[in-house]
Amino acid sequence: MKPLETVTTAIANSFRSKLRTTLTILAIFVGAFTLTITNGLGTGISNYIDSQVAAVGPSNAFTVTKTDASTSPGSGPQKYDPNTRVLAAGGRPGSTQVALNQSDLDTLAAIPGITGVNPVSRLSPAYVQWNSQEKYQLSISPLAGAQPQLAAGAPLDDAGSEPQIVLPSSYITPLGLPGNDQAIGQDVTIGIQDAAGTMHTITARISGVEDNALLGSGGAFANKALTAALTDAQSTGAPAATKNTWTAATATFTPSTKAQINDIKSRLTAAGYTAQTLEDRIGTVKTVINGIIGVLDAFAIIALVAAGFGIVNTLLMSVQERTREIGLMKAMGMGSGSVFALFSTEAAFIGLLGSLIGSAAAIGLGTAISGVLARGPLSDLAGLQILSFAPGSVAGVILLVMIIAFLAGTLPAWRAARQNPIDSLRYE
Amino acid sequence: MSVPILSTRDLTKTYGRGPDRFDALKGVSLDIDRGDSVAIVGKSGSGKSTLMHLLALLDTPGGGEVHVDGTNAKTLSGRKLNTLRNQMFGFVFQQFFLNHATSVLDNVVLPLKIAGTGARERRARGMAVLEQLELADKARNKAGNLSGGQKQRVVIARALANNPQVLFADEPTGNLDTATGAIVEDILFDLNQNHGITLITVTHDHDLAARFNRRLYIRDGQLITTDEEHAA
Repeated sequence: MKPLETVTTAIANSFRSKLRTTLTILAIFVGAFTLTITNGLGTGISNYIDSQVAAVGPSNAFTVTKTDASTSPGSGPQKYDPNTRVLAAGGRPGSTQVALNQSDLDTLAAIPGITGVNPVSRLSPAYVQWNSQEKYQLSISPLAGAQPQLAAGAPLDDAGSEPQIVLPSSYITPLGLPGNDQAIGQDVTIGIQDAAGTMHTITARISGVEDNALLGSGGAFANKALTAALTDAQSTGAPAATKNTWTAATATFTPSTKAQINDIKSRLTAAGYTAQTLEDRIGTVKTVINGIIGVLDAFAIIALVAAGFGIVNTLLMSVQERTREIGLMKAMGMGSGSVFALFSTEAAFIGLLGSLIGSAAAIGLGTAISGVLARGPLSDLAGLQILSFAPGSVAGVILLVMIIAFLAGTLPAWRAARQNPIDSLRYE
Repeated sequence: MSVPILSTRDLTKTYGRGPDRFDALKGVSLDIDRGDSVAIVGKSGSGKSTLMHLLALLDTPGGGEVHVDGTNAKTLSGRKLNTLRNQMFGFVFQQFFLNHATSVLDNVVLPLKIAGTGARERRARGMAVLEQLELADKARNKAGNLSGGQKQRVVIARALANNPQVLFADEPTGNLDTATGAIVEDILFDLNQNHGITLITVTHDHDLAARFNRRLYIRDGQLITTDEEHAA
């Protein structure tokens, strides 16, 4: 029998007992549907997280701080070194952070693999105001190179000399701006206090409006020109020693493999610095989500295994029913291999049908539900499509289901293949 | 003298073991010449069907040898054996073994499908055979909707699809009324006489057996020279 004949005959055979085939397909449908949905959930959430991560900072940069040995338990107090300074840091109240100075920045820049070092300036603007209307508090994200998800406008221009700002969309209405699109190109006034308590005002142009973000700080983003202007204003009158100390620095590297990144990281550690990529900082979020998706996938696989037994049962009945036919075909010179191929192809075809229908239903229903959720309960998380379906992973699901179906079909197929033609013909 | 198309030497076959042991064949030797028509006659349980199954290479003998066209069947590989069954033999069964859900034509071309013949040639050959058996107008009908005589003719058409050299028939008229049976008999003998196909038929019907060139009487797994019961 030619391979194509085997396939067409197997397909025709699977439609011979329509009710039985339909029920088996339904069982597979449930498994494939669940697997596609969980997969879509994984893809949707990962996509969202990735875009949110990009909004926090660039992926090709470390946040570098000086390693503070005193935080490890049992290490005892650290000896005083007149060359170091400590700064108040985040975390528990009273905690401090050994500060970075210019020589640290030079050391960092000299480490192989690091292409640029920028101190992280903590900017504390007092307010933002548009068109002499109400003033609002404002915080500015300290990490340069972040790519916020924009609801309107264009990304920040770091090369230009015009001070630019990206405001979160929640600021637009309170500031009195008519809308996201109308806000682009408008000038806002930012007030910032210097070391002596004098208020300076700086004008910045709105280049973009940021979507509501999951991981974002809710703060604005400033381009280099604005950051420089704000830093200047803030540090007016400050002692030089404070001016040139920073809690952290951003060290950029050329995008490279994980191994190379770890290499650079270990060099930084050896030099006495703690370096974290963005991945490190939000990796835990992803791990938790991947864990949840994994559990859901496991349920889908259980459903599929149950469906697999359905296939075994369907095909065993089919073999039983067709015993005489198999005997006849073997008597007419059909080889055992062909008989095996015929029945296992039938199993794989039932698997294909079930998974195609299941995946299609999952994609249709999932897209609809995702759209409703994005407009309704999840509308605060702009840009979140909770279910999104990557062609590759859907194809993977279909293939997996077909493999399970094929494996389930091997037992009945083998039973059919080893039948002695004469026993089959005698069977009544 | 030409090589017999089928010959057996001391053929035995045993079913079961221990107290259930049953010797279906107890050493059968025979030669069947090309173009001959042979009836294997015996009562049920005499071993006549077992003998035919062994001749058609559908079953492996317990002992002894089957030679097909001078070749010992034991020496044939699985693939060769399948090709031999497919190309050389045709089978007509008493119970028809038709697939009722598919068309008459599909049933008839099954051996060609197994052989891997192309769809077009398969159709042409299938229609030719149906023509020969005056069933061309039924080609598209479902096999399940035919009368008994038509079904038996479809089975014969199926057996002929591959141009076999030997046609095995197991009680070909057993399920048919006398008139239809006579028509089927005529078809079989016409194939034997006018197309040179060797005809081997298992039957317990003495009237049918009388029409054959040769009759092999079998009783309790052994060939006997005369039909004792009939004579008695």
